[in-house]
Amino acid sequence: MATALREARPERETARAEVEAYLLANQAKSLLRFLTCGSVDDGKSTLIGRLLYDSKMLFEDQLAALEAESKRIGTQPSGLDFALLVDGLAAEREQGITIDVAYRFFATDKRKFIVADAPGHEQYTRNMVTGASTADLAIILIDARKGVLPQTRRHSVLADLLGISELVVAVNKMDLVDYSQTRFEEIASEYRAFAAEAGIDRFTFIPLSGLEGDNVTRRGESMPWYGGPTLLEHLEQVPAGQKEARSAGLLMPVQWVNRPDQSFRGYAGTLARGRARPGDEVVILPSGRRTRIERIVTFDGDLDLALPGQSVTFTFADEVDCSRGDVVAAVDSPPPAADRIEASLVWMAGEPLVPGRSYWLKIGTQTVPASVARIDETRDPVTLEPGEGRPLELNDIGRCEILLDRAVAATLYADNRGLGRFILIDRASNATVAAGMVERLLDRADRPQEGEHGRILWLTGASASGRSDFARKAQQRLQARGRPSFVLDAAALRDGLSSDLGTAPEDEAENRRRVREVARLMSRAGVTVLVALEMPEGEEKPGTELDVRSADYEGDWVI
Amino acid sequence: MTAQLPITRSGTDLTHLQQLEAESIHIFREVVAETDNPVMLYSVGKDSAVMLHLARKAFYPAPPPFPLLHVDTTWKFRDMYALRDQVARESGMELIVHRNPEALRQGINPFDHGSLHTDMWKTEGLKQALDRHGFDAAFGGARRDEEKSRAKERVFSFRSASHRWDPKNQRPELWDLYNARKSRSETIRVFPLSNWTELDIWQYIYTENIPIVPLYLAAPRPTVVRNGLVLMVDDDRFRLEPGEAPVERWIRFRTLGCYPLTGAVESEAETLPEVIAEMLVAVTSERQGRAIDHDQSASMEKKKQEGYF
Repeated sequence: MATALREARPERETARAEVEAYLLANQAKSLLRFLTCGSVDDGKSTLIGRLLYDSKMLFEDQLAALEAESKRIGTQPSGLDFALLVDGLAAEREQGITIDVAYRFFATDKRKFIVADAPGHEQYTRNMVTGASTADLAIILIDARKGVLPQTRRHSVLADLLGISELVVAVNKMDLVDYSQTRFEEIASEYRAFAAEAGIDRFTFIPLSGLEGDNVTRRGESMPWYGGPTLLEHLEQVPAGQKEARSAGLLMPVQWVNRPDQSFRGYAGTLARGRARPGDEVVILPSGRRTRIERIVTFDGDLDLALPGQSVTFTFADEVDCSRGDVVAAVDSPPPAADRIEASLVWMAGEPLVPGRSYWLKIGTQTVPASVARIDETRDPVTLEPGEGRPLELNDIGRCEILLDRAVAATLYADNRGLGRFILIDRASNATVAAGMVERLLDRADRPQEGEHGRILWLTGASASGRSDFARKAQQRLQARGRPSFVLDAAALRDGLSSDLGTAPEDEAENRRRVREVARLMSRAGVTVLVALEMPEGEEKPGTELDVRSADYEGDWVI
Repeated sequence: MTAQLPITRSGTDLTHLQQLEAESIHIFREVVAETDNPVMLYSVGKDSAVMLHLARKAFYPAPPPFPLLHVDTTWKFRDMYALRDQVARESGMELIVHRNPEALRQGINPFDHGSLHTDMWKTEGLKQALDRHGFDAAFGGARRDEEKSRAKERVFSFRSASHRWDPKNQRPELWDLYNARKSRSETIRVFPLSNWTELDIWQYIYTENIPIVPLYLAAPRPTVVRNGLVLMVDDDRFRLEPGEAPVERWIRFRTLGCYPLTGAVESEAETLPEVIAEMLVAVTSERQGRAIDHDQSASMEKKKQEGYF
């Protein structure tokens, strides 16, 4: 019967070929996850409703239900209340507020999108942070009538803190200010001033009307003075995902050891950074044991190449001790193990943070007991005022020093999101109480004690630019470990301390003497001094000589 | 073995389906590593089929280290029972079938008992099965694009000792750092397909050649029309009303549940590409075929609070 039908309708074959072509194209689409946030009533839900509606992601039965609900409890005097589409909880619809983050999905010819609609009320900030944590981009909505509000500032600061590199400042409800360019410019300059103060530097302004649809998916006639992209055009063209994850060396936290029988032992995990190929030499952290990747095993057959973000299973060439919580890393760029870190925390529990109290810290696939030694600084995300000695309470942001019961492999959040982020868990209630971003890696044993001298390293064996370059990179590494350091080069003294000296040989000798003395003084103050200055053979060089050509600024000497 | 999903044009990034796949696999492994006694809720539908396929990928070459649980109402389509048994054999996983003994004793059925049918067989049946076996985590195939209250639910969703969901007090869920810690009495529902859409599911089934119940493809089947729903007369327990006679129609199903409660769509889409083509131009959402959601706007949230999956 089925065959008969197909023969009777030859156009089916064409239809199938078309669908297959569509699926192939659809398959190659990239994915962008973005967040919408801002203050209550800035029109977030309406904007998402508009995006879904204009990209034809709403079905007739959903529209019919929406129409009925809009009439019953809607806030729009006429027409559809799009907010009712995204406010999914009964309490939300009744109270007309968004409590929790809602996820919505739509697609265009170019991209698939996952939208996290964040609640605007301050008391639900932790739900906003939940949505922000997986977003590549954030749309900060501003009501054109109200301008920059406390929540605009709070959400911008949080989005920036969580490492969202693309902020879109959407000035919404332009229809209610007569699409005024002057008003738009006023708000843009108000936001720019705030952003400069907050240290936020990547944002795009788009004037739009979620209700009417102008500059959302279509340009419209109402704002001819605006020459930039529509919101959707912008969303389709910003880069998705982390560029850094592609370029740097392999990092894979081990999730699970796969041992179906005596003959197979695999290590399963998701690549947090870098790529992997069979034969690659790797190091297991924190043990430091080295081996090679033998196979990259998947259900679909062994892979020649695993990409960042892919979930795979490795087998190793040697029998190495490796279990859940360990990290498999490329041998040339293993992250250090740290048991003392400095981190930014977003506190998400009703109970304030108790310094000294033991919490669980989960980083990668590792969970260790940890305590907060010190709250260095809290920052009000609205006024940006720093506070000291204040407890960390619900929705506060603070910079803290955290002590871990044992060293774990970690990176800076700015370097790699995968191993630079963690959560704190209350050991009694099991609640997730904080989101953490690693700012500096410190080592408890290695912390310069009071009165302890810093090292002096004389960089040799390369051109002046090679030495300076080495010194600069080494300094970054030292800084990341919380070790104060200073680079002494020809220029460092020339303008100040040695400004009285000329270029005669005796003046050069005097300059070198001053460099030696400054290095000694700084080292006594606990500073590691990198001297990038040519010294004649036989002249005194306090400290250690380091040949730049063979040294590795990430190597052991730094630690 | 099926072919690998192709990589994006640039060759350096994962496609959206590869990203979704990797995310789901990551979730499976986290649960197995961090909970004591997980189980997969297996309903034999297309989402369950994808979920099971992903679980097999997550633990390959080992079989998934947890059993399948089918909370049976005794009123599923015959094709569903057949596929269920076949799939359990092929996956090497244990299949636990639970039928609420009380519902069985009282003869609860969709014709006489209305919403009590769902309450007793599914909601109560599920709670009984979880309690009896002491499962502390249960994988479910729900997706956030299905329904408004599901759009708000976390991937790791906690339930009280009485299996209740508290939507106003959900744990923050950050990055892929899932916190599976819980008290002895709490359990977790885990939704590895949270970020998949209906189209993603179909596309993945097509690309990966995943076996599904034939009812998803159109064929001539005996039907009656009641309250606007096209129902299939799947066996002789279907009570025909006076004057009612089954009529053969070309139909398929977008979603599968108890056969007397599941509405079909009239269609001639006999192949997956045809089904997908119809879906792309569809004007109604997939849950429309389910009687359960129609009661009231917040009905799904209410059922979930009471312990419905």
